[in-house]
Formats: sequence, C-alpha cells, structure tokens
Amino acid sequence: MSDRTTLDIIARLVPPGSRVLDLGCGDGALLEQLMRERNCTGYGIEIDDANVLACAKRGVNVIQLNLDEGLPMFGDASFDVVLQVDTLQHLHNAETMLVETARVGRTGIVAFPNFAHWPNRVAILRGRMPVTRRLPYQWYDTPNIRVGTYKDFESLATKNRLSILDAFGLQDGQEVRKLPNLRAGTAVFKFERG
Amino acid sequence: MPLTAEPKVMSFDAPLALSSGASIRGYSLAYETYGTLNAERSNAVLICHALNASHHVAGAYAGQPDNIGWWDSMIGPGKPVDTDRFFVIGINNLGSCFGSTGPMHDNPDTGRVYGADFPVVTVEDWVNAQARLLDGLGIAQLAAVMGGSLGGMQALSWTLQYPERVRHAVVVASAPNLNAENIAFNEVARRAIVTDPDFHGGHFYEHGVIPQRGLRIARMIGHITYLSDDVMNEKFGRELRSAVDGAVRSSYQYSTQDIEFQIESYLRYQGDKFSEYFDANTYLLITRALDYFDPALEHDGNLAKALAAARAKFLLVSFKTDWRFSPARSRELVKALLENRRDVSYAEIDAPHGHDAFLLDDARYHGVVRAYFEHILAEVQGRA
Repeated sequence: MSDRTTLDIIARLVPPGSRVLDLGCGDGALLEQLMRERNCTGYGIEIDDANVLACAKRGVNVIQLNLDEGLPMFGDASFDVVLQVDTLQHLHNAETMLVETARVGRTGIVAFPNFAHWPNRVAILRGRMPVTRRLPYQWYDTPNIRVGTYKDFESLATKNRLSILDAFGLQDGQEVRKLPNLRAGTAVFKFERG
Repeated sequence: MPLTAEPKVMSFDAPLALSSGASIRGYSLAYETYGTLNAERSNAVLICHALNASHHVAGAYAGQPDNIGWWDSMIGPGKPVDTDRFFVIGINNLGSCFGSTGPMHDNPDTGRVYGADFPVVTVEDWVNAQARLLDGLGIAQLAAVMGGSLGGMQALSWTLQYPERVRHAVVVASAPNLNAENIAFNEVARRAIVTDPDFHGGHFYEHGVIPQRGLRIARMIGHITYLSDDVMNEKFGRELRSAVDGAVRSSYQYSTQDIEFQIESYLRYQGDKFSEYFDANTYLLITRALDYFDPALEHDGNLAKALAAARAKFLLVSFKTDWRFSPARSRELVKALLENRRDVSYAEIDAPHGHDAFLLDDARYHGVVRAYFEHILAEVQGRA
C-alpha cells in the first residue's frame, strides 16, 4: 500500500500548500513527500515507537498518540487535510475517528483495503478468509480489526452526513473508477462535512 | 576517548533584575563546555538542570573518573547530543549549591552570608542569567536548549523570553506548571527542612550546623515521587533487611523504629547521601521556582496564548509511568504549540522508571533525541 505510485496518487489529492494531519503516518514517507513536492506543512500521528523514530529521522513532525483516544488535542477545522491511509482498519473506534477526521480537517482522505475486491470474494466462496498481498494475514492474527468494503464506507459516510468529494479504487498502482467495489483492492475516499 | 570536563566560572558585576522586584549583583555562574564552537557560532546547545543537578552535565573531571556528569548517558562524543558536533554548555543556576552564587555565599551588600536572605529566584530569572552567560561566550543564538523536568521548564521559558535566540527546544518530562499535588509534595519537603531545629530560619551557617534531618526527609519524599510504583515493587517489593548488618531477613523483628523493609533502607540511604552535599536554602529556592513557573498566568491561564511568542521548533518527550510530570502535562504543551502552528514532535516513551526515566538510558528515548539532533545539525550546517 505504501508503494510509490499509490503514495503519488494519494498525494495528488492533497492541494499544494495544505496544512496536513496524517493519522497513522507510519514512517512518515507520505508526509515527507507532501512537504517536499507539494509544499505542505503538518504533523503525523503514530503510536508505534519504531515509526516515531523513523519520522524523527526523516525530520517530519510526529506526535506519539493512540488514535483510539480520539483527537482531543486538535481543534475544529484546524487542518486543510486529514489523512487516514491504511489506518481505519486498525481502529477500535473507526466510526468515531471518521467523524473526528471530518471535524479536524476541512477535507478528509481515507484509504483502506476493500474487502469486496473479487479475489476476496472468491476466497469467501471457497469457504476461507482471504489471504492476499493486500490482506496478508491469517484471520486469527490480523491487525485489520475493521474489515469493510468500498460500498460499506459509502453508507457509513452517508450515515455520518459526510459529503463525498471523490471516490475511487486503487489496484496495481492504477485508479479504478469502474466497479471499484469489485475490481480494486484499496478504496479511496475524499470527503468533507456535509 | 572519555570526555574530560573542566568547571569554569563567569562573574557578573551588573545587577540582574529579578521577577520579585529585587536584584542581585556581584554574582558568579559556574559552567562547563564540551566540544567546539564552530566558526559561525551556530552549534551551541544549552543544557538546563533540574532540582539537584549542576553544570557538570557530561564527562568526568581530570583525576576524578567517578565524578561523572549527570546527563552523561545523553551527552558526549557519539552520544545523542554529540559533543563531537555540538558545543554543549552546562550551567549551574543562581541560588544552587554547586558553584554558582547561592545562599551559602556572601551578600556583597552586607558582607554576610546570604542564608535565608538570598533573593527568591524564578525560572525566568535563571533564563535571564543564562542569557548573560551566553552573551559572555559570544553566542547570539542557540542551536538548541534542552532540559528535563525543571530543566524543561527553563528550555520552554527560553523560547518565550528570547524567541529569536533559540532554534530548537527539547523539553523532556516537563510541564507547563505544577499542579496542586506537585506543589503539595514540594511543601512537605520544605516544611521538613524549615521545621528542623538546625535550620535556624535559614541562617544555620553561622551556627555551624546543617538541617540534615529536614534535608533527609525532603529527599526521601522527593525520591518516592521520582519512581513508579512498578519499579519500586520490582526493586524492593516487601523484602526485609536487617538494620544492623544489612543482611536480608526472612521474618519481622517487631520494631517500629528500626529499618524493617528494604525500601526504608534505600530511602534512608538516599536521604543521608543527599543531606551531606545539598544546601537546605537551595532546596527551598529551587522548589519555589518550580511552584512559581506558570507562563500561562499572565494570559488568563491560556497556555496557547502564552506560547504564541515562541519561534523555536520543539521536541517534547514524556514517560508513561511518570506521575510527577505526567504525559498529560506534556500533551498540554503539545496542544498549545499545535494551536500556534509551531513545528513540534512528541514522543511518549513506555518506560517503567517513572520521572527518573529522563535520566536513564532508553533506546527509544535516546533514538528519538539522536535523530532530532541530527536534523538540528543538518539545519545549522545549511544542509536542510
């Protein structure tokens, strides 16, 4: 998911000069790219010690927090863009954090594995949970505690009165705009408060 | 090669105006420097000390290999704050008892020992004194100011009092002010000292005595608050020991006054050691400076407004088991810095050692500080 083309596609969704909050920023690669190529400023949030160190080595601002505690540190609309790239699926409070993302950011961008991608459907039809390059874990040890689909997210967004500004799938470093729920391993949504 | 430290003293004739309205003149500050100031004078790092530390931050004195600086794990050649690259300055604050002018010295106005008449000093006063020392060293701007606990408060205050003179502030295990519980601990320690019959209202020097009982108890209560419950239980648990020969025992001796538990023995030992080198008036002064520090006070308690003056970039670190300067307090600082759109990074280290963790070697903690200082270096060298 953190491959170059995918990061490039996500980065292109972020307007140049944006003030960005990257929730679950990993090693800070995307944030660094946004700073370098798109003149953005901002902060990453990470819980993992190794990732905090990686961010410090890159020289990106990183704040060590557990996202399951919400975002009380951040004011309403205090960021142009709040990113959740491969973060949503790890959160106990995924819905709360989606609402928080829309509260803190003028725009939210979320990317997560689409469980309805056809190879996953095939695996389920065969009676087994999918184990793929995108979802490489066994059912009993997966950190992906929220498995949802592209379509599921659309309805969650509607339930929380978010307006979707753009939505597409990602597969093999390509945007998938036709039948993304079937054809893409990753779902990407750009939204704002409705 | 081990770092050799050499204590120095800088004297100041001009009076320094203090927060209280008083002033102090004819004072000296003890300091040490490590590494080399570069030609641009841009690689200086000031280290601010906490309650019972000094200007002896790193290395050892010639001929005294065991007299090692209090933050030697952090600062030195090849260490996270690398003295092969940075010019590091350790300084002893006014009112302390390790070489800078303090209550045990003569008041030039009276020719008598200051004692309890030493003026009350604040974090802001210390920072002003430190700034004068930097003037004397010809350093206009610091690459970084760094400190833990009370030292972190000074680092923070630097960014507010001299925003243009600080590029980076590294604030470890600190807080925007002390809460009531924290002031309460300080007050217990102060009462222990002040009510010691040997204190003589702070003028014990002329009586040729030291209020050691008070100092011991002050140190004991302080020490409890620097450790975590877990570490204390792991280190001492309910283990018994003999007060007579120090041997570990297996049964009670049914005494209310002798040492029974290991933890008692440890605290008494720490208290004894401390009471032999620390000054009672200094303890009162420094804990009061801690109590008074509250940059938000002038801004109706609004910390974000208080920090609006800062121009520095920040690294904050806290430790999960530190209940004296808890992570929640560091988060308040992070939040206020975010509201001011300052560059800030924050690491919350899951170390078991309580407040003491800031002095200990922890790979996660030191790794983040090292990485941060590498970027400071790149910045001052014009590479970033």
